[in-house]
Amino acid sequence: MKMTASNHGSTDGTTSAHVDVVAKLTQQERDIINRLQRGVPLTPDPYGDLAQELGITSRQLLDSLRDLLERGVLSRFGPMFQAERMGGALSLAAMAVPEHDVERVAAIVNACSEVAHNYQREHRFNLWFVIASDEPGRTAEVITEIEGASGYEVIHLPKEEEFHVHLHLPV
Amino acid sequence: MTEASAGRFQGLSQGLSQGLSQGLSRELLEGLSEHALAGAPHEQDWRHTRLRACLEQGLPLVPEPFKALAEETGLSVGEVRALIGYWQHSGLIKRVGLVVRHRSLGLTANAMVVWNLPDERVDEVGRRLASEPQVTLCYQRLRRPDWPYNLYCMIHGVRRERVEAQITALIQRHALEHVEHQILFSRRAYCQRGGRFTPEMP
Repeated sequence: MKMTASNHGSTDGTTSAHVDVVAKLTQQERDIINRLQRGVPLTPDPYGDLAQELGITSRQLLDSLRDLLERGVLSRFGPMFQAERMGGALSLAAMAVPEHDVERVAAIVNACSEVAHNYQREHRFNLWFVIASDEPGRTAEVITEIEGASGYEVIHLPKEEEFHVHLHLPV
Repeated sequence: MTEASAGRFQGLSQGLSQGLSQGLSRELLEGLSEHALAGAPHEQDWRHTRLRACLEQGLPLVPEPFKALAEETGLSVGEVRALIGYWQHSGLIKRVGLVVRHRSLGLTANAMVVWNLPDERVDEVGRRLASEPQVTLCYQRLRRPDWPYNLYCMIHGVRRERVEAQITALIQRHALEHVEHQILFSRRAYCQRGGRFTPEMP
């Protein structure tokens, strides 16, 4: 997420929860997150170069990254692949499930190893999930399996184009 | 060097000279074997496949990450770095960096906005919305008879009211008042795991 200082700072009085969580990060952690969101250099010694830029040691950088991953502040560190270019498919799917049955169906969806994300949203179509697969035709099979196990129709919304966003969230 | 691999070599050099993979020297590039170059765009070499599989786990958090990857894959350190640079240049790797978990930073309001745009406008509006700082994902998707929306964008924020205000501002800024749309706030995240391709999509 890219946000400017003006729309994420406390000056607008709307982001206090964000500020609270960010306040729990040390200045060093913030510097690391802000710097590494801009990318990692492919130099012979990337951590050494980044550490030098940040005024810390490689050891501190590596320890901090491990810690941030363990605490769940970061979900991932490293190269981000484009699924389609990996020969895979990334599909969004949705279901309209009656309120009383949502938990059961959500569990069915979660049980599929190909499902990467699964959200309940406020809408008649209330279950939204992403299917990631590297086998042609597997997405359709997963959908059929979910429909069979849940008893509800799945609508499949394949991607036609991805518009590039710059993900940068200053902390 | 064949004509085809010379072309790829040029592509590789261009990517590197554009600073996509800072610090990769020409000597290093030239250290790439003909075999590695020929395989790079086609992924025929199992060592390349292995490198991709390793990288899907993330960049090793050890003092010499490329050496660790070289040992893991049987490639040379130079080949590892050049391949990552090449994949970044070719778009297979979108970027090398980190992903912040929005929820861990208190950014729990998550709206998916879907728009029903005339086909001829979807490209232009998609690009414009993607360039907005609040928009974290922006996709064009196939319409469905019961779901006519063709453009999707995601907005994260701390509070629902704030996200709603941002959406209102986007509508005004891009003159989308007459475009049919729906806002779907997330109520619960059941699962957010990296898929086989570590997607960042809900």
